[in-house]
Amino acid sequence: MSLRDLPGARERRVATGGIELCVVELGEATRPTIVLVHGYPDSKEVWTQVARQLAERWHVVLYDVRGHGSSTAPVPLRGGFTLEKLTDDFLAVIDAVSPDRPVHVVGHDWGSVQAWEFATVSRTEGRIASFTAMSGPSLDHFGHWIKRRMARPTPRRVGQLLGQGAKSWYVYMLHTPVLPELAWRGPLGKRWPGILERLEKVPPGDYPTASLPDDAAHGAWLYRDNVRARLRRPRPDAYAHVPVQLITPTGDIFLSEHLYDELDTWVPQLTRRSLPAKHWVPRTRPDQLASWINEFAAANEAALQGGIPVRDTAPKGAYADRFGGQLVLVTGAAGGIGRATAFAFAEAGARVIAVDRDAEGAARTAELARLIGAPAAWGETVDVSDEAAMEKLAEKVATEYGTVDVLVNNAGIGLSGSFLETTSEDWKNVLDVNLWGVIHGCRLFGGQMAERGQGGHIVNTASAAAYQPSRALPAYSTSKAAVLMLSECLRAELAEKSIGVSAICPGIVHTNITATTHFAGTDAAEEKRLRNRTSKLYGVRNYPPEKVAEAILRAVVRNQAVVPVTPESHTARFLSRLSPGVLRGIARLKPPL
Amino acid sequence: MASRVIDERAPELPGFRDVQRLAYACAEAVAARLRPGVTEREAAGMQREWLRERGVRDWFHLPFAWFGDRTAFTGFKVPLQFFPTNRQLEPGMPFILDVAPVYKGFTAGIGYSGWLGLNPLHDKLLADLEVHRELILREIRERRPLREIYEDVERLMIRQGYANRHRAYPFGVIAHKVGRVAERRWSPQVFGFGTQSLKGLLSDAVHGHRDGWSPLWSPHRFSGHPPRPGLWAVEPHLGFRGTGAKFEEILVVTDSRDPEQSAFWLDDDLPHVRRWAEERVAA
Repeated sequence: MSLRDLPGARERRVATGGIELCVVELGEATRPTIVLVHGYPDSKEVWTQVARQLAERWHVVLYDVRGHGSSTAPVPLRGGFTLEKLTDDFLAVIDAVSPDRPVHVVGHDWGSVQAWEFATVSRTEGRIASFTAMSGPSLDHFGHWIKRRMARPTPRRVGQLLGQGAKSWYVYMLHTPVLPELAWRGPLGKRWPGILERLEKVPPGDYPTASLPDDAAHGAWLYRDNVRARLRRPRPDAYAHVPVQLITPTGDIFLSEHLYDELDTWVPQLTRRSLPAKHWVPRTRPDQLASWINEFAAANEAALQGGIPVRDTAPKGAYADRFGGQLVLVTGAAGGIGRATAFAFAEAGARVIAVDRDAEGAARTAELARLIGAPAAWGETVDVSDEAAMEKLAEKVATEYGTVDVLVNNAGIGLSGSFLETTSEDWKNVLDVNLWGVIHGCRLFGGQMAERGQGGHIVNTASAAAYQPSRALPAYSTSKAAVLMLSECLRAELAEKSIGVSAICPGIVHTNITATTHFAGTDAAEEKRLRNRTSKLYGVRNYPPEKVAEAILRAVVRNQAVVPVTPESHTARFLSRLSPGVLRGIARLKPPL
Repeated sequence: MASRVIDERAPELPGFRDVQRLAYACAEAVAARLRPGVTEREAAGMQREWLRERGVRDWFHLPFAWFGDRTAFTGFKVPLQFFPTNRQLEPGMPFILDVAPVYKGFTAGIGYSGWLGLNPLHDKLLADLEVHRELILREIRERRPLREIYEDVERLMIRQGYANRHRAYPFGVIAHKVGRVAERRWSPQVFGFGTQSLKGLLSDAVHGHRDGWSPLWSPHRFSGHPPRPGLWAVEPHLGFRGTGAKFEEILVVTDSRDPEQSAFWLDDDLPHVRRWAEERVAA
């Protein structure tokens, strides 16, 4: 490991079973220890960024698995990489770095496969405090998974088997003799960094290291020594004796999400997380991993000290696996859809920033969000149409709370009245909030997301009025149509940064927007009458903002582009594509006000 | 008694106060006995039994109990859903007990919200009910139309971040009038409501309809009149994502010109009021 990248790193060598392991420690040794185990074909450098972040709070230990990086390889290679021997190595390392305290283990890929062995065999009992697994199943669980599907094949199970079977193509390749070694030491080794950058969007850096061809050639024996044996005769007692946090990258091209469907039977204390990313998450999503590892290990440390067990502290809302610990910013969060969205994210365990120009309302949303599950929540007072204020907010958020993972540009105002009665002042007001507010949000917070380069999601609240023309809402519909188009363009641009963009088109939802809508060309009394009238109509329709919030969370999870919510919004969307003439006809009708 | 003038010296008030206290005592006693595994039906039965042992023979309505997300009336569409079910209480669940006994010809309706264990969210909901109690009294004294007060209560709830769950009550009422109930040897219940009390309510409705007022305080047009002298069982009910909280107690409305005397809560020595006072002292 380049010690230059890891200030304060201390290297030592641990001898075990005739080989020497290269071990690096970071952070104060008096603190509880987290051991990071790398996968194939990696070396401990894969963890650099995660380790650096964890070292602020923990004693972080990384080591090169035997035959990788600066560790020596067993002689002969055949039979030198069995899980039993890897467990010996692990015990030797933790005996050296944390002799009298259990450690938190984190494994990626083959590191995770190994660590499943550590977490399920009896000789490590009492030596491990928690285990965070990512992109690497237990071979024993995998063996049982296959057996169960072979024994009772249903179409779905056969589909899962074939799906995973196709994803495992490289495992068969690695079982052929000599050829993999030749490939790795030859062209594949040379091209590997480029392949990773292209397919996995791994940013360039200190990884992969120069030892890659050797590491990959040696590591082939990880597969040859273990896979066939374990899949044929999986251990029947592979129950985890430690709490496990499972992080599943949803875009992993090597491992199917279904591998973990029955994991609860093997792990009594399981916390699930999912991440919209590909396989190499330690490189592509270090911030999110560090935050989840940190949170999980800390909760387990507290449990060790006699606090409440980790399971009780886990959020229980919809998509808690996906949004737990993330940072979500919602504008227009003092009421209606914004508030409901903030609450839905809070229930999923996200940290919430509630932004609104109504300070009291924003603070209240934040307070209630904390009460229903947000680990932290803040209320911020900003008028989204005020560029300078938004810039200040973006700066404050970046320095105090971090980079936003999900941005919901929801703030908006209503404006009704015919075009000829809409003044340019009216136009300016509605465009300032509804369109410029979204532009400022996307530009500032989207910019921060793109700069961090670890993905994210932007949700813009458009409206069914974006594709449903109407003589009553020319300015409002125009602003919302602009938001819809902006979202679609931005989606195209940010796709390469793994940032999703969704436009939500709610329709008629029972919120406060009708009570503040400006009716162009009316006097105060008439405006009040119209507000009451529309509020009443919206009340009779009675579509709850909570359902829109659900749609927003779902849209983020599924990365949907355009999401109509209410049935009328679906109908309008459908007609706008099938027969826009009908919508144009409807647009001529005077609204019943 | 519907149209009779009432003031604090009215000889009937102590009778109503007694039955209201009895009902709250019942709710507190039963709440203290609630354990995980108790069903809504059992909790309702415990209330019924407790009050029968103390001489209650008739009801405005039979005791209700709601557990978990049923306290927020999630998905309530038909009135039958109000009746106690076999839902079991679990640790960390909110509950509401709602009792309306008739005792010595007086009746009261009360609502008692609690949580099995401790919960800051529930504390918050209960604390936020205090301003509703103040708002209702203030606006009644201002003689605002009941319908407008209703809308103000609802607006305040929404501003607080909650949903108005008394919307789910029959006719969406926030309150209904209570009065003396004739004591009969046999007073059956219809759909959980005592026939004698219903008779009173019905006669109020008939009289009121003629004079342009209603014994049900609702968001509808028939509540667009100033407060009607009499006793009103007021029950604002907050809902927040699967948790509900309410109180219910009697508000006395008179036609006195003195604002203090024109409306007042029948009793200030009730569990939720004591709780708010204690919180203020603690703060």
